[in-house]
Amino acid sequence: MPTKEEIYEKIKVALVEALGVDEDEIQPEATLVGDLGAESIDFLDIVFRLEKAFAIKIPRGELFPEDVLTDPKYVQDGRVTELGLAELRKRMPFANLDEFAKNPVVQDFGNLLTVADMCRFVEGKVEVTP
Amino acid sequence: MRWYWIDRFIEFESGRRAKAIKCVSLAEDYLHDHFSRYPMLPNALVIEGMAQTGGLLVCEHNQFTEKVILAKIPKVEFFCEAVPGDTLTYTTTIEYLKDEGAAVAATSHKGEVLQARAEIVFAHLNAPWLGTFFSPEAFLSMMRLLGAYRVGRAADGSPLLPPARLLRPGDASLGAPKTAAPDGAAPQKVQP
Repeated sequence: MPTKEEIYEKIKVALVEALGVDEDEIQPEATLVGDLGAESIDFLDIVFRLEKAFAIKIPRGELFPEDVLTDPKYVQDGRVTELGLAELRKRMPFANLDEFAKNPVVQDFGNLLTVADMCRFVEGKVEVTP
Repeated sequence: MRWYWIDRFIEFESGRRAKAIKCVSLAEDYLHDHFSRYPMLPNALVIEGMAQTGGLLVCEHNQFTEKVILAKIPKVEFFCEAVPGDTLTYTTTIEYLKDEGAAVAATSHKGEVLQARAEIVFAHLNAPWLGTFFSPEAFLSMMRLLGAYRVGRAADGSPLLPPARLLRPGDASLGAPKTAAPDGAAPQKVQP
C-alpha cells in the first residue's frame, strides 16, 4: 500500500513524462491545463500512466466527466446548471468545485483539475498507508 | 510521391507487436534537399514510419472500426542518422489500447544499432467528415500493400486475416487457410 507521499511522487513522474514539464513546475496547487499546459489528448496519456503506475483501471469519464458537460440536461447557454453542478460534485468528490461554481462556464471547466485533485483521485482508488 | 514511410511488414502479431522495414534510397527526391551535399532521412519521417507501423497495428486490432490518428509523441530520441543505403527496422509494441486511443513503444534499428526510439500516442476519431480520408478500406488496402497478411499472426497464433466484413466478393475464392502453412512458411491467404 503506498503512502500519500509515494502517490504524489508517482503522479509527479507521470506528469513529467506525459507533459514534458520540469519536476519543480509540479506543485499541488498547479492546474493541469493552465499551469502545466495539458491538452485534451494529454489526459488519455496521463490516465494510462496512472493506470500503469498504480495498477488501477480508470474508466472513461471517471477523472474528467465530459459527458456531463455535453448533456443539455446539465448545461444551458454554455453554463453548467445547478443540476449539472450537483452531478459534477457527485462524480468528482476529489475536486474542489467551489471556485468553478461561482461562474460555471463550461469552457473554463478544463482548467479546474489540479495536481492535488489528481492525488485525491488516486487515493480514492488505492488503499493508502496512513 | 506517396505517403508510405514503411516498405514492408516483416512481422505482425495482432494486438501486440509489428515490425516493418524502411529502405532509404537516393532515388527519393526529398533526400536531395535534405541535405544537398549530405542526404539523410529526416527524423520526422523516421517518426512517421514508426507511427505508420504502430498505427496500422492499432487499426487492425480494432478491426478498422476506429479512425486512428497520430496524436502525440511524449518522447523521442535519435542516436544516429539514417542515410541512403540504410535499411531501418521499425518495431512497435502496444503499450495500451483504450476506447479513446492507444499508445505504442517504438524503436528504429540500423542492423543491430539503435537508431531512434519513441513513445507514440494515437487517438480514435469518429468524426463523420474524416470518413473520406480514414476509410477502413484504405487502411486494409495499405495493410495488404505492405504485406501484413503475408507475415501476420492473430492473437491466437493463427494466420492474420482481414475482417470478413471488408472482403470483396472475389476475395473469398482466393482462399484463406485456417491453419498455418507447414515449415513456418508464410501463409498465402487473401490476395494482398
